[in-house]
Amino acid sequence: MTAPIEIEPAAGPAAGPEDGRGARRGALGYALAKLGGALLSIGMVVVATFFLFRLIPGDPAIAYTRDVPLTPDQLTLLRRQMGLDRPLPEQFLDFVARALQGDLGTSYEYRRPVAELIGERLGPTLLLVGTGLVIAVTLGLWQGTRAAWNHGGRLDRFSTGISLTLWSVPTFWLGLLLLMVFAAGVGPIPGIFPTRGMEDVDAPDGPMYLLHVAHHLVLPCITLVAVVYAQYLVVMRSSLLDEIGQDYVTTARAKGLRDAQVRRRHAVPNALLPTVTLVFLHIGLVVQGAVTTETVYSWPGLGLLFYEAIKGPDFAVMQGTFMVLCVAVIIMNTLADVLYHVLDPRVRSA
Amino acid sequence: MSETAARRRRALMRFWRDYRAQRAGLYGAAILAVFVLLALVTPLVTDPSGLDVTKATGPKMAPPSAQFPLGTDESGRSILLMILWGSRVSLLIGFLAALLSMVIGTVTGITAGHFRGWSSAVLMRITDWFLVLPSLVLALVLAAILGGGTSTIILAIGVTSWAATARLIRAQTLAVEARPYVERSRVLGAGHWHVMTRHVLPNVAPLVLANTTLTVAGAIVTESTLAFLGADAGQASWGSMLRGSYDWGAVTSGAWWYVLPPGLCIVAVVLAFTFCGRALEAVLNPRLRGVA
Repeated sequence: MTAPIEIEPAAGPAAGPEDGRGARRGALGYALAKLGGALLSIGMVVVATFFLFRLIPGDPAIAYTRDVPLTPDQLTLLRRQMGLDRPLPEQFLDFVARALQGDLGTSYEYRRPVAELIGERLGPTLLLVGTGLVIAVTLGLWQGTRAAWNHGGRLDRFSTGISLTLWSVPTFWLGLLLLMVFAAGVGPIPGIFPTRGMEDVDAPDGPMYLLHVAHHLVLPCITLVAVVYAQYLVVMRSSLLDEIGQDYVTTARAKGLRDAQVRRRHAVPNALLPTVTLVFLHIGLVVQGAVTTETVYSWPGLGLLFYEAIKGPDFAVMQGTFMVLCVAVIIMNTLADVLYHVLDPRVRSA
Repeated sequence: MSETAARRRRALMRFWRDYRAQRAGLYGAAILAVFVLLALVTPLVTDPSGLDVTKATGPKMAPPSAQFPLGTDESGRSILLMILWGSRVSLLIGFLAALLSMVIGTVTGITAGHFRGWSSAVLMRITDWFLVLPSLVLALVLAAILGGGTSTIILAIGVTSWAATARLIRAQTLAVEARPYVERSRVLGAGHWHVMTRHVLPNVAPLVLANTTLTVAGAIVTESTLAFLGADAGQASWGSMLRGSYDWGAVTSGAWWYVLPPGLCIVAVVLAFTFCGRALEAVLNPRLRGVA
């Protein structure tokens, strides 16, 4: 939501001083350089997490076990378990070693390992984000193409207006509005969608279960799509506008191709390249959208887990979810970089 | 000196003439003026004691009436009063967070663009890291760890939103430093500080201004989202009002007067800032001047 709607060329995947050097080293070298960069970023996340969560005022042992009554003996034992009696560098190495083994600590709120909690919540989030992304990308690219091809026209102005408005609307408020109109119902219109969760206690079995979940998925999905699709529309539009001015489009027209053919066979494939990678690059936005959407609809995913940890506060869960979300975003970004390099011959030979 | 003043006045007049041609920018500025004015006069004309849950006099969750034009909340407080006082918190946090973000972004951008070599590489590495991370998630963690309060929220938003600005400013700095007069100045013995503050800064300032206007819009949305997710400043803002409406079931019981006004205010202010920012960009960015 905080990302500017205009995509600066400098923020694109082909920018940055390291890319020029990477291109000369060949595809494999480039991929390795990007991989190294990603590992460095992940390392920075781990370091930042460790020190950030040491900033918590007061005794970490008490902060982490909030609400759980402890005797002084138990507290001493806990401090030893958490390694608080050892020097900071040793604590840090221990933290890294555990994180590498997938041990993200224990939640005292749930009395269970954090990694286990995260694993449980991964499915619903992937379902929501996956469905939302597919719809948003399809819709955004399609509308962006139409807006650019008839730029200045009514559809173009309408799309630009819609995307500007959607960008200004806070995700959670849009969710509240949809809840109010379609789940609670307005006036004589009854609510047609469930207000919360992924399934009810009396959920049916078998194939009907899928329908049941899909029914719950509709509103969260619309909210998530509304947040991200405007970005895709804007990117696709500006990317295609760049292509329309190119000589090869004029050539294609000059040799007598029909308008739709020029668009489908020549301009759009070229415009798709930067757009598809930007879809991956903006995955951080999707993560943010998922956190708010899941909160509004109590969708039992990673975002809701994170929100509940913030509200608690349950620092162990907060720390674990934070790292998982950040690492996921970094991996997707690196994939986007490498993908761009593989797909676009212009970057390779530059 | 007076000649400089005259030149500045001429430049300002020219700027105003160009800005006036941007219709959306004018509407945006007008909306902002109204909101800022209301926020400023609120303490003069209204009594903040109505915000206190224990001193609220109205009926609970009542629809709009003559006495309460926008209805009341779960403890009988006037929604209109909360909107007015909330605008002060939302706007203040938006402005200050954007200011912080702009300062960090500009300093990082100019430094990374001016100095070459490893220091620039390290700075850009950090910038890219912040650019990639989901900033809302990071801001939430920061706010949760540092505890509530207005300054914490400002810090959390400012520290997580400067990366795009830094990227932009760095690119512009590189372009400015490639101009012949900067080289001439360097040959004449100008130091780093002189080049950065006397040549680069004035040239990137217009871009910074346009960018900051857009950043305020983002910061206000982020503030409301943070407040909704439970990291509020301890004072009623538009975001924390929406939190309250959600917690007290206004959404499912159809109390639209509790849900619509705060959200509409956010959308209006954010749109206004976005319009202003885009108009400023069109006026100040020579690259866009021909297009817009």
